Amino acid sequence: MINDMQPEHIIGDYKEVTLDLYGGMRRKILYTEIETSYPDGKLIVSTTNPDGVITHVNQSFVEMSGYTKDELIGSPHSILRHPDMPPAAFKDLWDTVKTGEKWQGFVKNLRKDGGYYWVKATVIPNIRKGVVVGYTSVRRKPSRTKVEECIQLYPTMF
Amino acid sequence: MSFIFTVSPDFTPDHLSGWYIFNTWLQRQTDVSIHLEMYNNFNDQREAIRDDKVSLIYANPFDAAMLVREKGFLPLVKPAGASDEAIIAVNANNPIEDVAQLAPGIRLAFTDDPDVKMMGMIMLEPGDLDANNVQGISCDTYVLVAKHLLRGEADAGIFLAEAFDGLSDMIKKQLRILVRSQISVIHHSLMIGPKLLERRDGFQKCLIEMNNDSKGQGVLESLGFKAWEKVDDEEMLFMIDLMDTLSI
Repeated sequence: MINDMQPEHIIGDYKEVTLDLYGGMRRKILYTEIETSYPDGKLIVSTTNPDGVITHVNQSFVEMSGYTKDELIGSPHSILRHPDMPPAAFKDLWDTVKTGEKWQGFVKNLRKDGGYYWVKATVIPNIRKGVVVGYTSVRRKPSRTKVEECIQLYPTMF
Repeated sequence: MSFIFTVSPDFTPDHLSGWYIFNTWLQRQTDVSIHLEMYNNFNDQREAIRDDKVSLIYANPFDAAMLVREKGFLPLVKPAGASDEAIIAVNANNPIEDVAQLAPGIRLAFTDDPDVKMMGMIMLEPGDLDANNVQGISCDTYVLVAKHLLRGEADAGIFLAEAFDGLSDMIKKQLRILVRSQISVIHHSLMIGPKLLERRDGFQKCLIEMNNDSKGQGVLESLGFKAWEKVDDEEMLFMIDLMDTLSI
């Protein structure tokens, strides 16, 4: 289950759009142009079940997303989905990890306050006794050069 | 029959005698004959593991995946409250204030400590630096990494945070930290191999209780640890998954 974003949570001027998310969900997104820079030396770590529902987050995830741990656990990972991210990127992610492979890419993530942050994300399937029991996603500080390339590329992928 | 115990070659030199004391303590507690074999480098140690010579290992997290997936090892314990963290440091006179200001072609000093090098290289990525565009200077110890920085022979160095913190104040004053990792979930672990697996519960119990008596506390002190903390199978598998995401 995922809730629409609420104006009272947003910091600064915002735009509004409704996104179709993975799993047939729709969400009203309120987003701003305010970037939070990725903290040096930290990793953002989360784990989901096979359906992409968050089962574990670390403190860096909580701090960067702006949500509480309780708000994150049980929510779909697409709670971070920013409207500037092309759907093809996430299709590629799911197509890749469902074959048991690792996926890596540069992602613009949405914060609870409508702002955003860029990450270099790696997702791998958690395989236990031959069965995929979930996925672990680890985000690290991206190269600014790569981010600038993505800022040019992603709008062309819609 | 004696089982081989070995320690990740990146152990702090000050604790060498501590590992021998620990091995004696462990044999007395478990009634198992264990020989401590210290290998000079990671390659020699990995060769011994490949040849199934090792039954007990204080392992670098980088080797955990191979030990679990290929050799059937399981985790026992880790040092309580400790995790492996890395530091990128420069000479204090270097005007650079951010990793992103380091230019391709820099001379980078590091040791062959695999998890620390990996974490360090990840922290250099925001500056568009990778193994292909830095000049690596491989060092035997972190003191030598520091010396290369002090002499101006290296532009940046990768340190195990614990080793950097343990440098003398005089050396630290001449260095400056650009970034320190705060990953928290990557750690060395004591792991047990297939030949000793039936003794796993017993080993784990005596290790977890080790800090409850003064003799055990003394041995722990000689290793620089406060206590051992249980590592369950899922925690180890989670760390291995995490290391997998970081190694690409």
